[in-house]
Amino acid sequence: MGTIWVHAETNNGTVSTITLELLAKARELGDVVAVHAGGDAEQVAAELGEHGASKILSTGDLDGGLPGPALGSALADLAASEAPQAILFGTTYGGRDVAGRLSAKLDAPVITNIVDIIDSDGLVGIEPVFCGTTNVNTKFTGSKPGIFLVRPKSFNAESSGGSPAEVGALAVPELGATGSAKVVSQFVEESDGPKLDEAGVVVSGGRGLGEAEKYHMIEDLAKKLGGAAGASRAIVDAGWVPYSYQVGQTGKVVKPDVYIAAGISGATQHMVGMKGSKTIIAINKDPEAPIFSIADLGIIGDVHKVLPALLAALGE
Amino acid sequence: MKVAVCVKQIPDPADPGEIDPNTKTLKRDTKLILDESDSYGVEMALQLVGDDGEVVLVSMVPNNERNGLNNALAMGAHSALLVSDDALSGTDALGTAKVLAAAIKRIGADLVLAATESSDGYTGTVPEQVAELLGLPSVTFAKEVSVDGGNLAVKRQTEDGYDEVTCPLPALVSVTAGVVEPRYPSFKGIMAAKSKPVEELGLADLGIDAASVGWAGGGQEIVSIELAPAREAGEIIEDEGDGHERIVAFLQELKVI
Repeated sequence: MGTIWVHAETNNGTVSTITLELLAKARELGDVVAVHAGGDAEQVAAELGEHGASKILSTGDLDGGLPGPALGSALADLAASEAPQAILFGTTYGGRDVAGRLSAKLDAPVITNIVDIIDSDGLVGIEPVFCGTTNVNTKFTGSKPGIFLVRPKSFNAESSGGSPAEVGALAVPELGATGSAKVVSQFVEESDGPKLDEAGVVVSGGRGLGEAEKYHMIEDLAKKLGGAAGASRAIVDAGWVPYSYQVGQTGKVVKPDVYIAAGISGATQHMVGMKGSKTIIAINKDPEAPIFSIADLGIIGDVHKVLPALLAALGE
Repeated sequence: MKVAVCVKQIPDPADPGEIDPNTKTLKRDTKLILDESDSYGVEMALQLVGDDGEVVLVSMVPNNERNGLNNALAMGAHSALLVSDDALSGTDALGTAKVLAAAIKRIGADLVLAATESSDGYTGTVPEQVAELLGLPSVTFAKEVSVDGGNLAVKRQTEDGYDEVTCPLPALVSVTAGVVEPRYPSFKGIMAAKSKPVEELGLADLGIDAASVGWAGGGQEIVSIELAPAREAGEIIEDEGDGHERIVAFLQELKVI
């Protein structure tokens, strides 16, 4: 078995869930080394080790620098001598940046949007397309490390009971102009209720709501069910709700126990972000809407009638 | 200020896509349109340059297709650079980035704008690859962008909020959908678009070795395409004023309420 590098994303000592998901898969495929940018490597060494990383190689604090150029360049240099079999990244803001920079540095492609990796005479990435009805299976040719971008919630983040990872330094070469973007301040947007990608119930609205003013019905229903409110890309694009509400390919991937899609037709963009939900309820007036093909309960009807009736039935 | 905007012309997302069994790529023989995601970059560029700057579109496309490009020119972009070459068939994200980077170098832009991802391939890696190939700093997933002299101030989307990032020009920024409200082309704009300069280039014009792009340059191979296991069909009912009752009953069965 070869060595698998996993991009470890952390925030002040907290390891992101997708990192733990990637580790769970990586340890099936080979010896796992976590690669990391940030000042908290020592703090997360125990947790990364417990999930299967034997080592964590860290650039240390980037002093406001973005991870893309710094970690991308550092990994490209190290890959030349260490030759890992694969490098796994989560499809996150940071993960995409590092993978893109690394890919250009190594002149090696990225296999993107995958939900599984199988070892079949080389590592094969599985990417669902067309609303998840079809899987495209792709492998790397040539001898360069395989760079994979993996969708969140593709694997279960289970501990393997490993001992703490050994911490090592990852040297960042001189970045020149590419390293000149700096984070000057960070803002956390507080929201009531559970987080969209962690909630047990998610209620999402789409273009079928007709106008921005009707989106409150989605928020009201989410609140009544103790869940989080989400949105399709169409209404995020239209400016009805912020980008952080978006469920789908670009936005959040959600896998709640119950997902309610109201006035959402079911573009691939959206479906890949919620298809893994345990139970799906869809309300849409178009009987041909693709969302019905994956719904456990589909109501062909007008959201402007069904939602108010539902809210009334659920009471105050 | 000169801004280059990467735009992709794609099959209409409203039409169901299809994979060509021979090439194992998305069929692109239908009429192509401007990727809606790219209209935000075009609008942002127009707003940033104001009256005395220049917005140049860069697009890689089969057969010199320019239907989608015309739309962006009609919005107000000043000119375009179109790259088509038979050798580009099967080109992946990195290959696309090589072509776009070479085209942008020719333009000599102060700022490069792109969408965060295309609506057909959605790899989301091209902007960062272009930046690296050009040796530029970059800020991806921008939800707000302003320029002050030679510096950018960007609000960059994060998992739980946003970061304020500063970056000197020249630089690349990828913008999220909804960052600005794209204008509709006016009649005057549509007429003017017809006479705007569109330079058509091939790989040789850009000094790109055909072996480094296309299928051969990709470094990856699609081994198979299969149907995914289908979800079991659910219960679909027509609302006759009682649809909400069925939902309530279902939520009770699931013990959500």
